Amino acid sequence: MSVETITSSEYIKHHLQNLTYGQFDGQWQFAHTAEQAASMGFWSLNVDSMFWSLVTGLIFYVVFRSAGKKATTGVPSGFQNFIEMVIEFIDFSVRDSFKHKNKLVAPMALTIFAWIFLMNAMDLIAVDWLPQIAALSVEAMGGDPHAAFFKVVPSTDPNITFGMAISIFILIVYYSIKHKGLGGFFAEILFHPFGKWGLPANLLLEGVALISKPISLALRLFGNMYAGEIIFILIAIMYGVGIGFGVFGGILQVGWALFHILIITLQAFIFMTLTIVYMDMAHDNEH
Amino acid sequence: MNINATLIGQSIAFFIFIYMVKQYVWPPLIAAMEERQKRIEAGLLAAERGLSEQAEAEQAAQELISQSKDQAAEIIANASKQASNMVEEAKDVAIQTADKVKSAASAELEQDTARVRNELQEQVSALVMQGVNAVLSKEVDSKTHKDMLSKLSQTL
Repeated sequence: MSVETITSSEYIKHHLQNLTYGQFDGQWQFAHTAEQAASMGFWSLNVDSMFWSLVTGLIFYVVFRSAGKKATTGVPSGFQNFIEMVIEFIDFSVRDSFKHKNKLVAPMALTIFAWIFLMNAMDLIAVDWLPQIAALSVEAMGGDPHAAFFKVVPSTDPNITFGMAISIFILIVYYSIKHKGLGGFFAEILFHPFGKWGLPANLLLEGVALISKPISLALRLFGNMYAGEIIFILIAIMYGVGIGFGVFGGILQVGWALFHILIITLQAFIFMTLTIVYMDMAHDNEH
Repeated sequence: MNINATLIGQSIAFFIFIYMVKQYVWPPLIAAMEERQKRIEAGLLAAERGLSEQAEAEQAAQELISQSKDQAAEIIANASKQASNMVEEAKDVAIQTADKVKSAASAELEQDTARVRNELQEQVSALVMQGVNAVLSKEVDSKTHKDMLSKLSQTL
């Protein structure tokens, strides 16, 4: 562990910096400071976000796949029961909001819900544990522990939330064009709701409505998780102030973590439900 | 907080996960759940059918039991009728036999009585005659009083 003291703002900044791998000074390397990371431009990768995103995704996939392999039609075991409960919940939500035939929507809803839930749940691991382990391992390997940035909650990285939201946006546009035709899709943007004489207003309204879908999806999730993470970090700062603050911080952390269980589930559910609704709208062919 | 290629990586991962879930996770689980639903439905139906069959069987058993009861009652009634007939017949036979025996016995009795009376009459008359003879031998001539004596013995 590093002996020299660090200020609160350094602590916060360190916690909010991704471990970025990209081109700097003409060679591919990890960024050692936030400025370096920023200067790497678009073609760089937030290794920590990507890593935990894939890990949580794989956990989800492996767990559900093993349930799918062992699925019996007889009396289900406790594990299978739990998985089936989740599946039933997703299936119910999809049937409720999605009135068309598309075999992709339910699996997509399941993926979104479970994956985002797991990514958000990383927030419940105490903020310092995994970064500290990372810093210690980097130090053990002879690296600079200050450069060992490690954000463990993928959904606090806008790249992750926008990555999913933009994928969903692509699917929305794809299915809109597939079901309404290219003409129908643009007619909906251009001639609705005010008819062809209100074309500019239509374009503005519908265009904003369309673009706002992925942006609101991504920013809602990101904002909620980022704010939650910051509160955890602020609470964690209290541990360094004194015993009284430390105990108070401990109580706060437990309280906020309990409340956060609600938020992470709720955000995963909102993301999923809105995706289902957007997909339903994309399939609607009534205008 | 920089927008970078992580976004593309996440998109690719997202599509791959959706594809894999659609291909390998969703279908077996949903199929298993639907299959189980069908089995439960079939099981419930079978249970209902079993219940109605049981009710039917119970009804049939009840009918059988009441039929047997009727039959048994009939048999008992017949038997008791027959028994009373037999008793009646036996009584008649007994009465007839008793009458026969009684009449035979009374006839015999009458005969005996008559016979005994005759014998007694003869004996008494003999005794009277002897007594009369003994008392009257001197005064009465048996020859002269033969008619009177015979009349007397006849009245005795």
